[in-house]
Amino acid sequence: MKHKTLLSAAVICAIGGLALADSHSEGEFAKQIKARQAQMTIYSYNLGILGGMAKGEAEYDSEAAALAANNLAVATTIWMPSTWPQGSDNAATKGTRALPAIWEKFEDVGAKSQNLATAVAKLQESAGTDLDSLKAAIGPVGEACGACHKPYRAEK
Amino acid sequence: MRRLAQVAVAVALIALLAGWFLTRPQAADLTGLDALSGDADQGAWVFDAAGCASCHSAPEAQGDALRVLSGGRGFPSPFGTFYAPNISPSPDHGIGGWTVADLANAMLAGISPDGAHYYPAFPYISYSNARLQDIADLHAFMMTLPVSEQPNRSHDVGFPFSIRRGLGLWKVLNAGKRWVIEQPEDDQIERGRYLVEALGHCAECHTPRDALGGLDRNRWMQGGPVPVGKGSFPPLVPSQLKWSAEDIAYYLETGFTPDFDSAGGAMVEVIQNTSRLPPEDRAAIAAYLKALPDGSANE
Repeated sequence: MKHKTLLSAAVICAIGGLALADSHSEGEFAKQIKARQAQMTIYSYNLGILGGMAKGEAEYDSEAAALAANNLAVATTIWMPSTWPQGSDNAATKGTRALPAIWEKFEDVGAKSQNLATAVAKLQESAGTDLDSLKAAIGPVGEACGACHKPYRAEK
Repeated sequence: MRRLAQVAVAVALIALLAGWFLTRPQAADLTGLDALSGDADQGAWVFDAAGCASCHSAPEAQGDALRVLSGGRGFPSPFGTFYAPNISPSPDHGIGGWTVADLANAMLAGISPDGAHYYPAFPYISYSNARLQDIADLHAFMMTLPVSEQPNRSHDVGFPFSIRRGLGLWKVLNAGKRWVIEQPEDDQIERGRYLVEALGHCAECHTPRDALGGLDRNRWMQGGPVPVGKGSFPPLVPSQLKWSAEDIAYYLETGFTPDFDSAGGAMVEVIQNTSRLPPEDRAAIAAYLKALPDGSANE
């Protein structure tokens, strides 16, 4: 009987250990990574509304377009430096494609986010005007996204 | 015994001669080139379609600097790191002294004006299907670009790959191939084939390579690992890339995927080029990709 208790205690300890190891394997900074990815999701959701119209998949709706562009503009003002801690790159932890170069060239990253904000501000001015203005203004936004994703995000 | 030695020497000599013969740099067939004259405006289109700036501009060049072809970017591979040369019209450090025939031999046969093999980091395997008129136009355009006096950096490649002559053997295995899709169904797919297989050299990343670095044409456009480091280049065959033709064309215009993620990595520079092409070209590329064989069948 005593033997059995010891055995179950050992099993419980082992399971507990595994669970601990598992939560550890989620990676350090999992919370921060989730938060910064959520910001990206807000970008892509609103770009999807605008891009669907630009591509001709959805009918142009000036109100919805203006609202989406507004949301994008607001999202570019979210600045959460605490979500980009040193060591939260893809070489040091899991669940991210952020390259270590981000932390070596933080100034350049800042300049590139500023370019995004500028391109989004233009989109905000024109998205609600008409479809052609929307189409013209969304290209530079894509370019601004790519400008950061080229040097700072790893391939899948 | 002595006779045996004589035979051995003879065999070795023959092998050496055969090797020398097999590895000799061979010029391209340039029949008709003399009759062509280059149009620089049309050459700007070839320049974008062939993606020259993406490798030959200075590291991290942006905007107007993308047209200063000073070279210097490094391309790591399992064989070593290759550095793109200066191909600006500088007579000393670039290609200012090149004739149209020199450019044609470089692009079609992978040989330099003095008859040496180029490493296939320069995608002449793809360019070998480029039209002579396009090369003449490209030459005319490239001579209008700004001069850079940036000296070339030598490749950092170890033995035995450091012996350029050996590339002759590699070419026996890999060069001189024609189209992969032999019978395009219509004119649009044929145009897409020219843009994808020849000028755009898409397969250089999106087709896996064999142990010697040759493109595995049986797994055409099925994706492959990045040469050094983590990650992979995605497959583009329809069974795996489920985007519509419109999605592909829009991606090549703006960099937005159907989920409105954006392009990253080397593809960002590709999109800088494809966004400048006429819309019909992006549609043709998409049509070609949608017509690719599935890839699940063993060909």
